[in-house]
Parts: sequence; structure tokens; C-alpha cells
Amino acid sequence: MAVATKIGVKPRVKAPSPPKPASEQTLHIIGQPLPKVDAMAKVCGETVFVDDLSLPRMLYCKIKRSPHPHARILKVDTTGAQRLPGVVATLVGWELPIPFGILPVSQDEHALAIEKARFVGDPVAAVAAVDEETAELALRHIDVTYQVLRPIMSIEEALEEEEVRVHDYGPRGNIHKTVSLQFGDLEEGFREADHVREDTFFFEGNTHLPMEQHAAVASYGADGKMTLWSSTQTPHYVHRALAKVLEMPASHIRVIACPNGGGFGGKSDPFNHEMVVAKLSMKTRRPVKVTLTREEVFYCHRGRHPAKMWIKTGVKRDGAITAMHFRSFLDGGAYGSYGVASLYYSGALQTVTYRVPRYRFEGVRVFTNKPPCGPKRGHGTPQPRFAIECHLDKIAEELGMDPLELRLRHLVEPFSVTVNQMRLRTVGLKECLERVARRSGFPEKHGRLHQGVGIGLAASAYISGAGLPIYWNDLPHSGVQLKLDRGGGVTAFCGSTDIGQGSDSVLAYVVAEELGVEVSDIRVVTADTDLTPVDLGSYSSRVTLMMGNAAIEAARRLKPLILNEVSREIGVPAERLRMAHRRVFDARHPDKGMSFSEAVVLTEAKHGTLGSTGSYRPPPSPARYKGSGVGPSPTYSYSACVVELQVDRDTGRITIDKIWIAHDLGKAINPLLAIGQIEGSVYMGLGEALMEEQVFRLGAHKSPSLLEYKSPTFLEMPPVEAILVETLDPEGPYGAKECGQGPLLPVIPALVNAIYDAIGVRIDEVPVTPAKILQALEGRLRAPEVPSFTFPEPLRVPPLSPIEGATI
Amino acid sequence: MSERVLLHLRVNGEPVEVAAPVHKTLLEVLREELRLTGTKHGCELGECGTCTVLVDGGPVLSCLTLPIELEGREVVTVEGMSHQSTPHPLQIAFAEIGAAQCGYCTPGILLAAKSFLDRNPRPSRLEIQEALAGNLCRCTGYLQILQAVELAAGRMSKELGSPGE
Repeated sequence: MAVATKIGVKPRVKAPSPPKPASEQTLHIIGQPLPKVDAMAKVCGETVFVDDLSLPRMLYCKIKRSPHPHARILKVDTTGAQRLPGVVATLVGWELPIPFGILPVSQDEHALAIEKARFVGDPVAAVAAVDEETAELALRHIDVTYQVLRPIMSIEEALEEEEVRVHDYGPRGNIHKTVSLQFGDLEEGFREADHVREDTFFFEGNTHLPMEQHAAVASYGADGKMTLWSSTQTPHYVHRALAKVLEMPASHIRVIACPNGGGFGGKSDPFNHEMVVAKLSMKTRRPVKVTLTREEVFYCHRGRHPAKMWIKTGVKRDGAITAMHFRSFLDGGAYGSYGVASLYYSGALQTVTYRVPRYRFEGVRVFTNKPPCGPKRGHGTPQPRFAIECHLDKIAEELGMDPLELRLRHLVEPFSVTVNQMRLRTVGLKECLERVARRSGFPEKHGRLHQGVGIGLAASAYISGAGLPIYWNDLPHSGVQLKLDRGGGVTAFCGSTDIGQGSDSVLAYVVAEELGVEVSDIRVVTADTDLTPVDLGSYSSRVTLMMGNAAIEAARRLKPLILNEVSREIGVPAERLRMAHRRVFDARHPDKGMSFSEAVVLTEAKHGTLGSTGSYRPPPSPARYKGSGVGPSPTYSYSACVVELQVDRDTGRITIDKIWIAHDLGKAINPLLAIGQIEGSVYMGLGEALMEEQVFRLGAHKSPSLLEYKSPTFLEMPPVEAILVETLDPEGPYGAKECGQGPLLPVIPALVNAIYDAIGVRIDEVPVTPAKILQALEGRLRAPEVPSFTFPEPLRVPPLSPIEGATI
Repeated sequence: MSERVLLHLRVNGEPVEVAAPVHKTLLEVLREELRLTGTKHGCELGECGTCTVLVDGGPVLSCLTLPIELEGREVVTVEGMSHQSTPHPLQIAFAEIGAAQCGYCTPGILLAAKSFLDRNPRPSRLEIQEALAGNLCRCTGYLQILQAVELAAGRMSKELGSPGE
């Protein structure tokens, strides 16, 4: 994420306001376990995903990809393909010479590679043909001449190799980015400590694996305007990237995100295939569709960075942290993607769970010849959270403390500012820990179960939306527009994108709640850059909080108009009127009033067509140092998790008996959907902890298929008890914070801590496979090694003054 | 363009005639020729269960099935699950319980579950897990799906009149 401090702008910082009283408002819809607005369409197969679209004269696109992990492209000859009957157009890299990328600092991708192919699967040419088979066949008639280069396939190789470079930007060699930040006097902190411990950890890369393969349809019309339907989580950023790459005015491009068949971060980048079909549609003046194969989805990737980590913490005898020093080494793959943000995230949230008075973070992201890594659920934070929570478990044991007690004693304070200047609001972590401990019986069971049976605990925190947009500006992060119909219907327009998490439903619930109508009276129009106000996208767990606040503002701008007209008509003061159940009525005499549609007619007769807008921008962060663009959030969610499991000492097989998870989500807008998000997060964490790994052999992805890339099935999923902790956050709509990513984080370390409890060996890397269990039991599993690397001198960030928001 | 053959199928209770290349899979014929896009695909290699449809009441992976083998047999897709305008109890339960998040794997799971409940109307949770283990879902963690199948099974067996509990 771009990092800059605006010159001449005084920080608008004020102390956070205390929480609003729990219910100023009687809620009718918020908090209810309602079905999603699109639930029936989904179960009836009516939901239209991108690949379900078919337009007249539509052509089909296929993309030719590099078979080499690293190669110079000497020549791309498409004449053979062009001669094939049914082929309408071909496309090569130089036809779209402008680079793009999600972050302004990493504009390093091309629609089709021009000079170099950087991983097996990097696109080099494309075809549009009358059907998919012809397009596929045509790829075989495209001749690409490569000069094979030495591939860089590991973090160590990337750090050592200076001559062979994946990219020719970055500080040197294959270093994409380094970060070095220090908050407070670290040496003093370690001197004050009664005990200092160091550990190393390794987190293997893994991928999102949404069930829907990415697809896009582009249609360039006779009016010179482009429409792109895509399975994207971020239509706004695709819109920006298309305008740049196609050199077209943004106003002539319309991007529509169809409902995503799962995203998890894997559809958050603007993608080369989107640019390719757009250009092919311009060349052919026909609609062009591309649907990736499952193998190609593995090449899009943008998933979890493989991470090597080193952590050193000083503690007092009671477990109070005196200083923490954290290093992360991220394998970024072939392109920048969100990588700079991922790197900062790998160091940003260490401080928001337990009090860390002095902290140093050093991180490096390298380029390698693999599919690019990026944001997967939890973006950059599951790896360090795994490290911290396992590290703390070891510290607790050395201090002779109960791991629950150690955590509970040193929690951050609500409404405080951390040492790295993250402003916290409500913190429900104490309640999360206490409730999972009570429900699971952790205190009675830990260290006391039979050999081979274990229980483990971990806690975590996550952002509820990024405090800063990707492109730094003063614009809203989310906008909602409402249109009222005389019949009593309301249309809500928002750029937000439903990827299955239920954001369309949340929009409808909020508007219905505010205007006192039923959810079914709301029609939502979302994720269409021509029709809807900008919402930045379904990433960073931002949508419920930001879109929700924007929707409340839009509705609350309309309400006074309606209430005043009804007040005048029925002679009841406006402040005594309520809107609920499709009526506007006197709170004292509920029979007195009128229907919502009558009220709308009355108001429209007075004011003309009724509509309104609302928007949301996060409060400014007190942090102003270079690098503080990543980590600030309107508020943070908290989670605690307990895993109970059995380990078979002969086979290394792990059986999970049960998982308890408590999540501070501020307020459950819909408890049914919240539990779905939490269970889905637990599942995904479980997959990462036990089996999911993206590994490479001879430069190629070892398992780019759903059969070979192991993920949990119905049979591996244990019972989960999800506990909702509501802290009514003042920054969230009705007090709500995120719940779609945070609950993944504690699952992995809780599981690994449980393995230690079961068999007494520490496994400091995930996934924990049966083979690693057996090696560990035989004493053959070595501690992960981190590369030796000299980080730059840290930026020493001075503490905030009280006026800037510092708290004790 | 390959040569087309005339196929005679019964899909969702209706006879259909469609001319399609002989090597086209049932998945392709349903989606591309008959425009029944409710059937989805996750791999087209028979690995994920997303494209599950019913043939003579049993689940098949439509991505690995050739329609030419199905002459005269009954194919049911998600579009054919409703009884006239009434959705199948599984569809209602899935919507109520939140068992469809992104909804992409949902049609395949619904059909696999329908076929299973038709054979085993009072299953244990483990039996449901085993029956659906060939269908991957990345959103839900499977638990709300299991609840929804149990809810639908309960309602369906009540409707049938439970033979002596």
C-alpha cells in the first residue's frame, strides 16, 4: 500500500468516543437469523455467475501460458493460429504494453507477458474463436520461442542470487521490498525481561481454491463503450486497471462483478484475463468470454505467502511482555500483487492482542518464479499469528504458567493505542478467552488428558476494514444510494460485491431496518461501476462496517423528510413517530399512522422524487510514520479458539474431536450468517493447519488440481461450537465488526498447541502432516531455519504525544 | 466444428432432442446446448462434485458423463428439483439454515443429498457426511449444510408419515 504522509495536513485526531448505549433503537431486523436475500435464487440454481452468461455472437478465449518458470520471450508467432478456421483474433503482449497491478507501487504485470515469462502458467498469448475447442486447438498453433533462464524457486535462492533477477526493480537482486520499523527502546525491554525466548517458524504457502473458476465476459459496443462482467471481488479496481491498460476513459468502461462463487481474496486483483478479453472484444467487435480451467486458477493464485519467521520476546515472571522482535521472510512469487501490504501486515497486528510496550518488525518479500502470492483470508496475519501463539505457549510452559492465564493477564486495553500506533476500540478478547475456556473445559483438561489426546488454545485479532484506501485520497470508501418507490419498494445501490459472505443481504437488512420496511421490499443493485456508487471491494473485512455505515447514513437522510410529512398529516410530533413493519406510526398510539407507501407518496408530493446518498470513510489513524498505511482499522475483531484432538503415534494421523471458537464481532447483524462465516473460517484454518500446501517441483506447481491439492471434505470437518461475543463497537453499524476473516487466525496455532499437549513434541511449521508428526516423534524434525539477512537500519518511530491520541 | 449427433434425453421430466457433438459431456450439453446453467463446474475432471446431477435418481458427475449413454434415461438438474412451483424441502432448508454461501457448489450438493435421502430417509450425521464426501465446499465448513440436510430429512419423513419411531 502506498505510504505517504500528507504535508501540511494536521492530523484530525480526537479521543475515541465511548460506546453508545446498547440500544437507542428497537431493532426488528438487525440481529435476526434471516435467510439471505439471494438464498432462494442460489438453491434453485438461478443465480447468474459469469460463466452462465451468453451473449449473441460471443467468442471464446483461451490463453497460452509459459511452460517455463523463467524464460526470455524471443518470439511469439500466432500466424498458424490465425489460419485455423474459426479463429477470429489472436493477441500478444506488445498489443497491451501498459503495466498494471493492484497497488500503485507494484505496477509490474502485463495482460500478456512481453519480455519475460516469470512462472509456469504466466500468460504469453491469447486467442478468440467461435468455440472453446477451436480456441484451445489454436493455442497449439502459436509458436513461442523462449530463452530459458535460471529459475529462482526459494526465499534463500532469491536472497542469495544477485545476477539473475525475476524483476529489474526492487532494492537489489530479487528483493521486492524490505521493512524495518522500531517502536521504543528494544534493548531496554530485553534487559528488563526475566526471561527471553527465541523461536523460528515456517508457514507453507496455500491457495484460496474458490469453487468457481475465474471467468470474464467483455463486450465492446458500437457506441465505443466497454462492459466487462467478471468474477471479481473488486470491480472498482478492475475498472481503474482496465482504463489504464486499454487507454480508455474510465467513463466509457463499465465493470459488473457477478456474484462470486467464492473468493477468499483470490479474486481481489485485477487479472490479466480480464484485460485480454476486453482487448479481444475491441479487436473483434464481438463479446468475448474466458473461463479459466481449474489448473489456470492455481496459476492466478495470489494466495498465502510461504513465510519463514523468527520471533524473540522478553517477558517478566508473570508473562508480561517487555519487548518483542519479529522478522518475516515472505516468498512473494512472480509479481507484486498486494505483496507490499502483505509484508506490512505480517508485522502490523502483533501488538493488538497483548500489551507489547516495545516492538521491532523487520520483513522482506522476495520475488521467485512461482505464481504470485497475495491476500488470502487473513491477509498476511495468519502466519505471524501462528508464530506468536505457539511461541507464547512455549513461554507459558517455561514460566510454569497456564497458557490461558498468561494471555488473560496481559490483554490490551479497550480504547487504547498500541505501541505501533494502532487505535483500538472495543476489545472482547477477555470474554472470548473466558468463554471458549469455560465451554471446552480447557483449564481442567490442559496437560491432563491421556497420552495422545491434547487440547490447545490461541487468540487473535483482525482488522474490520483497512483504515486507508489503496489509492490514498479523501474519498469515501463506501457509498450507498437509495431510491424510494411510490409502491413502498426501496432500491439500494452500492458498489459492494457479494462473494457469498452475504453483503447484498446486509445492505438490505440495514436499509429495511432504518426505513421500517420488510427485507423483501428492498431490491439491491450492487457491484456495477455504471450504476452503483463506489465501494472499494470485498477485501480486508470491510464491507459490513463501511457499507453498513453508508447505508445507515443514506437512510437517515431520508427519514426526516418522511417523518415531517407524516407528522404534519396526522398531527403527531415527528420525534414521536416510528417506522417499522411497513408503517409510520405514533409510538404512543401505534394505531395512529399510515403505511410506508402512503408516507412515501405524501413525501414525494411535497419534495419530488425521493432518493438519498450516504457514504463512509474511516476515522483518521493517529499513526503518521512511513509504513503506517497498513494496520490501522476503524476497529478490530477478536477471536479465541480451543482445539481438542487425538494423535495416532503409529501413523501420525490427527483426528480433531471438537473446536470451540468465540469471536467478538461487535454485534451480529445476522447470527446465522455470522456463524456461517465463523464455521467457514474454522474450516479454512483447519485445511491450512493440516493439509493444504502449494509446493513446486522442477519449477512447476506440484498439485494444480482439486484431487492433488488436498482440502478438507465433509468427513474431516469436526463439530464446531461457535460463540458470538457482542461488544457493540461505536464505529460499527449497530456496533458490528467483521467476522469473515478473523476467526481463521487462532485455529492454526490452537491446533498446533493441542498437538504438543497430546504428544509432547513441538511442530513449528504448517501444515502439520502425519509425516512431520512421525519425524518429530522420532526426533528427526529440525526447527525451521530462517535465512541470514541484514535488514536496513530501522525507522525509529517516536511515541505519540497525548494530544495525538496516546493512551497509557 | 465437430459433427453433431441427435440425442434424445429426458431432462427434468421433459423429453428433449438436442444435436450436440458426440464427445460433449452431459455438463456441456446441459449448460451450453440446453442453457440449464444451474449445473456448475469446479474442475471438469471429476474431482469436486460440483457438477453432480441425477440420472435415474442416482448422482453422476456430469463432467464425466457422455449424454449419448443416457438415451431414454431420466436426468434431473437443480432446475428440476422443485415440484411445480414448490421448492424441494432440501432447497428450503438450505436457504433457511444458510447452507448456501456463495451457492456455487450448492446445486451439486442438493442433488447428491436428494438422491441420498431418497434411499436413506433417516440418516445419521456420519452417513450424510459419507454420502456427501465427494462434494467440495469452500465457504461453509460443511456444518450448516449438514444441519440443513438433517432439517429437510426430518420434515420429509414427517410428511411421509413416520413408520413407527
